Amino acid sequence: MSETTHGSSHHSAHHIDVKEFHPRARAAIHNPQVRQNFRKAMDGLMTKRKSAFEGWDLETLRDLGANIRMRALASLPDLLEQLEQKLTENGITVHWATDGDEACRIVRDICVARDAKTAIKGKSMVSEEMELNHYLEEQGIEALESDLGEYIVQLAEETPSHIIMPAIHKNTGEISQLLHDKTGTDLSNDVEYLTANARLQLREKFRNADVGISGVNFAVAETGTLCLVENEGNGRMTTTVPPCHIAVTGIEKVVPNLEDVTALLALLTRSATGQHITTYFNMISGPRKPNEMDGPEEVHVVLVDNGRSTIYQDDELLDTLRCIRCGACMNHCPVYTRVGGHTYGTTYPGPIGKILMPHMVGLDEGRHLPTASSLCGACGEVCPVKIPIPDLLVRLRQESVDGDKLHPAKVRGHGAKRSSVEAMIWKGWSWMHAKPGLYRLGTSLGARFRKLQPGKIGAWTQYRTAPKLAPKTLHERMKERGQ
Amino acid sequence: MVDPIKVYPAKPSKVYFYGTCLVDMFYPDAGMAGIQLLEREGIQVIYPVDQTCCGQPAYTSGYHDEARAVAHAQLGLFPEDWPIVVPSGSCGGMMRKHYPALFKDTSDEVAAAEIAGRVWELTDFLVNVCHIKLDDLGEPTTVAMHTSCSARREMGVAEVGPKLLGQLKNVNLVEQIRAEECCGFGGTFAVRHPEISGAMVSEKVDTLVDTGAKEFVTTDCGCLMNIAGYAEKNQKPVTGQHILSFLWERTSSGGEQS
Repeated sequence: MSETTHGSSHHSAHHIDVKEFHPRARAAIHNPQVRQNFRKAMDGLMTKRKSAFEGWDLETLRDLGANIRMRALASLPDLLEQLEQKLTENGITVHWATDGDEACRIVRDICVARDAKTAIKGKSMVSEEMELNHYLEEQGIEALESDLGEYIVQLAEETPSHIIMPAIHKNTGEISQLLHDKTGTDLSNDVEYLTANARLQLREKFRNADVGISGVNFAVAETGTLCLVENEGNGRMTTTVPPCHIAVTGIEKVVPNLEDVTALLALLTRSATGQHITTYFNMISGPRKPNEMDGPEEVHVVLVDNGRSTIYQDDELLDTLRCIRCGACMNHCPVYTRVGGHTYGTTYPGPIGKILMPHMVGLDEGRHLPTASSLCGACGEVCPVKIPIPDLLVRLRQESVDGDKLHPAKVRGHGAKRSSVEAMIWKGWSWMHAKPGLYRLGTSLGARFRKLQPGKIGAWTQYRTAPKLAPKTLHERMKERGQ
Repeated sequence: MVDPIKVYPAKPSKVYFYGTCLVDMFYPDAGMAGIQLLEREGIQVIYPVDQTCCGQPAYTSGYHDEARAVAHAQLGLFPEDWPIVVPSGSCGGMMRKHYPALFKDTSDEVAAAEIAGRVWELTDFLVNVCHIKLDDLGEPTTVAMHTSCSARREMGVAEVGPKLLGQLKNVNLVEQIRAEECCGFGGTFAVRHPEISGAMVSEKVDTLVDTGAKEFVTTDCGCLMNIAGYAEKNQKPVTGQHILSFLWERTSSGGEQS
């Protein structure tokens, strides 16, 4: 477990400049289709979540979820050792990867050893982190996404715009057109028809795939069990039909006990899609045993660090790793709703992306991520494991202007947003506001000469009128009152 | 983020009034209204003359040395153990929720935590400490209310504003859709990400206009200058006021701002 080296990635052709946040945001804001697709989808998801938790003591449940995750993280190194031991006892081969590139090479080596040419994939955000599909393609191995949303995104040669619903940026009409262009299905607004066609295409691939690649939602240390939450059955097929199953997961996904899964699952499905339970919940505890009829011959787990152990070393930033990837923070984020997932230019978009991705791409690349928030707190309010996302955003803002006297900055790429002009402005501001007499003089002069106040103040008056200085400050009014 | 249990103090004879810099410079009427509402409840209001700003703008921008210097200058303003009332969820939230973290591991740590525990958002204080009873003297009207995100989520006072407005017999309170969604202010966010902030405030104004109300009230001056400023610039038929100004104007017998 060492610091990530993601910068030297293998697929520069697909590299998106994270720094170019503003132009992408502007384009999304002015795209009525994007705005409408996200607004409609997020409104629906918020309503569903709300009704799914009706009758539950949500605060108690969130406390429970947070405690389970905090307890797991508190003993992460021990739990990982225990997990490795139990998985191995169960006949699952365990691999460790420092970063995405190493994880990709591990997957390739497993494929090469089996002479595998085709892989079918269940949904996995860690594999997106690794940019595994492009890598395997470069190595001559076909990797096909089998989650419907991921399948659509792959056909469109895009990246997921949401961690749970990868194709949420597209409406039915756009998907119909895409499937028509790429697979020859008839144009239709009938979702069942479109789904049935996609299923037909995928079924053959399942039958013939040499390898199945999936993610992991929870890895249980005490039993060596890999839990996988899904709705389409593609996860089950990915992990049981091909002769070899490779699960990729971040090292933070481990929980101590099987019973911990109960609360986290209840929180995950309700927070994510407003479901009481998903259609499928898979618990994978090993390859096919001698007397069993089905299941893969080989099961591998790739435990991916990719910057996580660096996050782990900071007592505050550590909370980032509690995340169970439900996506509720983006569903409730007023910024994500306006700009959509692709604007962020990162694997994980939205609030969780803003606190996680700076560690993966560096605060220099990701300098605009922590500022792209009004700190409204909606994300922290709905987070099922109570990650204090707004506080972490403020921490990263502090890191990106290079910390302070008490807290030297340490996140990779720190200080990249510090400009001498802005630092000077805040110094001046601080100087004036720390001296009450000077403040009173300044504000009362402002009030007296308010007619000289500029009508335009930068970006503010692009959309609004300038706030108007009052003829007398409250300080002056209170002084007149004799106070 | 919201306190699981809030322990309100008994109604005190004196309070400190922390006006905030936005009220001081742009909305002193709201400050005076808050002070007069408290005084009408029989509370003596102490206005520390050396108050400036809570330090939040620098804090949320990541400049914590600068924020700490300004916040430090506020810590000495409240020597007695009286409650500190603030006509803003945002500045109140800064003092109550963030001062302890800002001063952690400094010589001000104890003082900051002690002060944080005495900070109350003013409308919350009127309802839950003063148990205020309002007598509406105004003409029938319809208003909408925007509760700031900090009042709602940091201070946990989302129910308080509607409760106060509900006491006014001639006021019809209507609720806009997505009432809990941010207006897009966010301090420096509004100028760092103008398009996103602009998109947020334009939708907020649209939902307010859709209620049919001609005016809205809010707990925070940041939201007020954002929402009302957008409405004014874009000639939308809705105007805004701080909730304290609205409450005072409707319950006092006219023009007695001293």
